[in-house]
Amino acid sequence: MSTEKVKEAIAKILPDVETVICWQGGFDAVHATPCFITKPDEIDKVIWNPLCAQNLTSYLPSLNKKKVGIVVKGCDSRTIIQYLQEGLIDREKVVIIGVPCTGVVSVKKVLKEIGHQPVADVAFDNNGNIVVKTSKGEKTLAIADACPDKCATCQYPTPLVYDHLVGDPITSDKPKESVYQDVREFEAKTLEERKAYWEKELGRCIRCYACRNACPMCICQDSCIAETREPHWISQKLSLQEKFMFHMIHALHLAGRCVECGECDRVCPMDIPVSKIKKKINAEMKELFNYETGVNPDDRPPMFTFNVDEVKIKEHKI
Amino acid sequence: MPDTGYLPKGKIKDFIKELAKDAIVYAPVLEGETVVFGPFSEEQELCLERPANTPPKSVIYPQSETLFTFEHKKDPEDHQKMSVELKAGIDAPGTVIFGARPCDAKGFIIYDRVFINTDTPDPYYMKRRENTLIVTLSCTAPFSGCFCVAVGGSPASKEGADAMLTELPDGYLIEPVTEKGKAILNKPMIEDGSSRLKDAQQVQQKAHEAVKNPFAKGRPEISPELFDADSFWEQALSKCVSCGACTYLCPTCYCFNITDEQTFGKGERIRSWDACMFFHFTLEASTHNPRPTKFQRFKNRVGHKFVYYPEKYDGAIACCGCGRCIRYCPVSVDISEIVNDLGGGGQKQQTAGSAKND
Repeated sequence: MSTEKVKEAIAKILPDVETVICWQGGFDAVHATPCFITKPDEIDKVIWNPLCAQNLTSYLPSLNKKKVGIVVKGCDSRTIIQYLQEGLIDREKVVIIGVPCTGVVSVKKVLKEIGHQPVADVAFDNNGNIVVKTSKGEKTLAIADACPDKCATCQYPTPLVYDHLVGDPITSDKPKESVYQDVREFEAKTLEERKAYWEKELGRCIRCYACRNACPMCICQDSCIAETREPHWISQKLSLQEKFMFHMIHALHLAGRCVECGECDRVCPMDIPVSKIKKKINAEMKELFNYETGVNPDDRPPMFTFNVDEVKIKEHKI
Repeated sequence: MPDTGYLPKGKIKDFIKELAKDAIVYAPVLEGETVVFGPFSEEQELCLERPANTPPKSVIYPQSETLFTFEHKKDPEDHQKMSVELKAGIDAPGTVIFGARPCDAKGFIIYDRVFINTDTPDPYYMKRRENTLIVTLSCTAPFSGCFCVAVGGSPASKEGADAMLTELPDGYLIEPVTEKGKAILNKPMIEDGSSRLKDAQQVQQKAHEAVKNPFAKGRPEISPELFDADSFWEQALSKCVSCGACTYLCPTCYCFNITDEQTFGKGERIRSWDACMFFHFTLEASTHNPRPTKFQRFKNRVGHKFVYYPEKYDGAIACCGCGRCIRYCPVSVDISEIVNDLGGGGQKQQTAGSAKND
């Protein structure tokens, strides 16, 4: 991984685009934050390291009137492919800098490991570790242990679509079957156990809609059913029922569309594992339609088509 | 009776249980890795080591509350006639907020000006506020994103508290602030704290000095020209995703919405938190929206806290510097950085982008 090479790539494309979306250091040493480069002298603040976990592609549909550049990891590139499948962006207006990625860091997991101490400094060694300094001392964590769950089963470390690739492609060494293993394990629990789990987790929801707004595939934006009065599907009450309803709507709208980038989990201020619901639906979409989101621009999302002879749906055979 | 009390660490649960004898005690408890203010019970794990993810504001100002219920009733004799029956009540049992941070308590002072000290006090808020005892815990060290000292607060400020605890190696010094707060010194496990007051003051002083001030000028100063420049907001807020995390986690945000939630002839009028970061916040019935972009909405958020509220309330800033909006922002929008830039910028707190690459 090389920040300098990413900066060079940005400098190369900057004259042809209005802005390049990338990452810079955030308010403390363990947070990265998006940055929008418009002038060459701003390139210096760009960073590329395992803190660059955010999927920046969420900004693309709203900026698609302009020609923009963007830096993407393998997982992020799946969003771009999904956008292309759904006609949400114009490929001609995006210049993609792809960076092969060996895994990012989950800030939540790092903070858990260091007892939520404020972070004074962060460094990365050459053995795949993150070294976190706090006033209480220094802790070395393997990135493989501090990564978001998605990295542990990552199939696409190298972007699937790009105009410029920074560095050499990497192939995944993670078994394909591992991707939905967590979903299957969770399904093995009894209905009562699963109900109790979700009541506890979703009970914390404050309906801030960070999961929705950070979701690259949540495209209803300001017309979201969660806030409209007509139709009035969800009330403003803070009951568990209303919270459930919102999360189920969110998940169902993403059936066969969720690119499993994990932004919803990453941004939740209440640490609710909301991506688990979407992942479960995706596992079913894979099972029913043999469809995987965001891997082939020529695919049609199953919910965008209707096929009378759907082989895996029994009712169609009656 | 001594002026200060001392609570040995081993007796903290007993103390909370004692408080719970005649009130519901909301304390910061762990739910997984998340710290929330919940009604305390024996099984729960108390977490006083770090500020809670959510402030305790919902205890006095619930995220959603019923103002009244209504039921339409047809006259059995004449179906043309319809009457409406209204029932209103305020559910405000005796409550204790235990372990709030000084910034959290300051939030209630900011609300009091709006909901109590006005010509039209809000009975719901007022009743709950009256029936709530606030016992704060001073901070011994700043947390990531904190900047209370820059907005008139302090990690050991007693503003808004009825009593304040300060952590010492083996226990907590208790300083009562109000008469209500003084009463807790009568609890059986509370010892005389006088001999430890000096130690506690040293802890408080050290904590105060450790908090960063993000403002080059020491306090928020906003240039009207920059504040009104669209380009400033467009540049500063490109990354904002327009969610409500910052407002809902904010101890000083109090904007609300009122809706009727009804089914077949009956229902309730509820008041629920609203967030100026949402498109619908200013959406008018005509479909016109005076703040259609996230830039205008965030400008309002900063304006309300640092310009409009101070104009109305003798310069008081409607921000307590707790740092939650910075820590939990999905994209790390830093309001302290934005306000500093609005003052013309200058040397800010150390930002970290310093993370070593390669």
